[in-house]
Amino acid sequence: MNLSVKIRKNLGDFVLDVAFDTGEGVLGLLGASGCGKSMTLKCIAGIEKPDEGRIVLNDRVLFDSEAGIDVPPQKRGVGYLFQDYALFPNMTVAQNILCGARDKDKTAEYIRRFDLVGKEKLYPAQLSGGQKQRVALARMLAAEPEVILLDEPFTALDNFLKARMEREVMNVLDGFGGPVVFVSHDRNESYRLTDTIAVMENGHIADLSEKHELFRAPKTLAATLLTGCKNVTRLKLLEGGDYMAVDWGIRLHAPIAEKVLAGQQANRSEDGTVYRYAGFRAHYLVPVEPGDKERVQGKENSGSSNLLICDILREVEDTFSVVIQFYQKGLAERTEYSLLTYETGKEDWARWKKQCAEGEIMLRIPDDALIWMKD
Amino acid sequence: MDWYPLWNSLRIAGISCVIVFFLGIFFAYYAARLPRAVKGMLDVVLTLPMVLPPTVCGYFLLLLFGVKRPLGVFLMRFGVKFVMTWYGGILAAAVVAFPLMYRTARGAFESFDENLSHAGKTLGLSNTYIFWKIRMPACKQGILAGTVLAFARALGEYGATSMLIGYTPGKTATISTTVYQLWRTNDEAGAFTWVLVNLAISTVVLLAVNMLESRQKTKTW
Repeated sequence: MNLSVKIRKNLGDFVLDVAFDTGEGVLGLLGASGCGKSMTLKCIAGIEKPDEGRIVLNDRVLFDSEAGIDVPPQKRGVGYLFQDYALFPNMTVAQNILCGARDKDKTAEYIRRFDLVGKEKLYPAQLSGGQKQRVALARMLAAEPEVILLDEPFTALDNFLKARMEREVMNVLDGFGGPVVFVSHDRNESYRLTDTIAVMENGHIADLSEKHELFRAPKTLAATLLTGCKNVTRLKLLEGGDYMAVDWGIRLHAPIAEKVLAGQQANRSEDGTVYRYAGFRAHYLVPVEPGDKERVQGKENSGSSNLLICDILREVEDTFSVVIQFYQKGLAERTEYSLLTYETGKEDWARWKKQCAEGEIMLRIPDDALIWMKD
Repeated sequence: MDWYPLWNSLRIAGISCVIVFFLGIFFAYYAARLPRAVKGMLDVVLTLPMVLPPTVCGYFLLLLFGVKRPLGVFLMRFGVKFVMTWYGGILAAAVVAFPLMYRTARGAFESFDENLSHAGKTLGLSNTYIFWKIRMPACKQGILAGTVLAFARALGEYGATSMLIGYTPGKTATISTTVYQLWRTNDEAGAFTWVLVNLAISTVVLLAVNMLESRQKTKTW
């Protein structure tokens, strides 16, 4: 079971150029709106035609520009769930499900399975959002697709409904054996529903990894930002293999292995550095006891590595946590990326502030929390 | 009283309305898909009859289909003559009513949610099925409105009709040309009768439209 996609299409503002294999499980396409992820789905479904490339679904060639193959959407066996469900407004629930059904006798079964009994004769305009999605799912499955494409199905929903709809979609995906591509701009949603994630930016894939790996160590700046990392900086290589975080104004302690890499000319990019950006997630910071400052500095043995002294701009209270926005104390030149965020529990923060009432608030970036990016 | 003008007007309006219905939908559907520049040009040509005085349309029709013009001569070989015949009225009415159907239908098609068509395709539905069972029903309001407007316009056509087919009692006379003819010949009572007939037909048409609309509202979509 596999969907293999390798396509190119000029979209005017940028060129869509993506290649991926879904393999088993759910592949997520994560990216900001207008990055080409929906267009990718439309090319797979055959609604849009790529300029060149090849699309193969379970050994069946759907599109091949060189061989001149372009299977019409009707014969591709693609199940497409649209953002607004695209139910036919002039047809009842039953007619919507029946019209594309491979086996007309099974319609009643789908109506039962998706809890639509008694709603058969209603029109889409008479249904709630949840019911609409269930009709769309039933209609899609009744056509017995070989691949399922989900195009931001939860975007327009409120949080309560979203959680319920997600469960329903998960149920459908669990029972579906074929490849699934899930498009979203929401990192949490993508994380919950997929196994592998391709991060898209301006028409190309910035990173494609297993989801845990992607969120732990994204490979590019675009992927880091799209996976929700709020703290990033440009880097400057220092003597001895450590780095200067240009935007934050502190030294960063490069892992031993990276120091070795930096020493090898082959690994350096043109300007002599191995890594160009670094980042860390807002909740990975560790508070430093006032008395520990010397000890931390001593351990790092290279000035105040990884140590942030907070010049707090504001504290933003969230539902269950508090987000502290701060600059490094004494930072000479503030840039777009200089403002750092630290997220922690409300009680923890209150206690910590009390403890540091006299002196400065200090936070340390653990070595393993740092994300290193080559581009 | 001779009821021929009523019968003639109804058949001219009815037949031209059917022709305009299909032609209007055809052009509206394909114009919505054309590149912008071509679409603009086509739009101008197809909408001109709506803004030109009907007599100018009639003039152009005579220029094309006049018995001494090449096209008119050519058609005469097949025994088809649009000048001074009742079915010439169909041509005149169709030309003048066409833009109303075309523009209203195009507006309806342009506001159609293309995702419905995309969804239909991925479900394996044929393009013909999608057009007649999904696109047309979704655009029903606009298409119905266009049809009614076209019918009403065809029924009330005077200028182009009188230029092309003139007024021959019992042959080419329509309600509108009869009203003018009777008024011109000081038969005020006769003219008034036909005015009442015209009013009656228009009222029936508008009532029918309102009934259709209210029935649709109870269907909730």
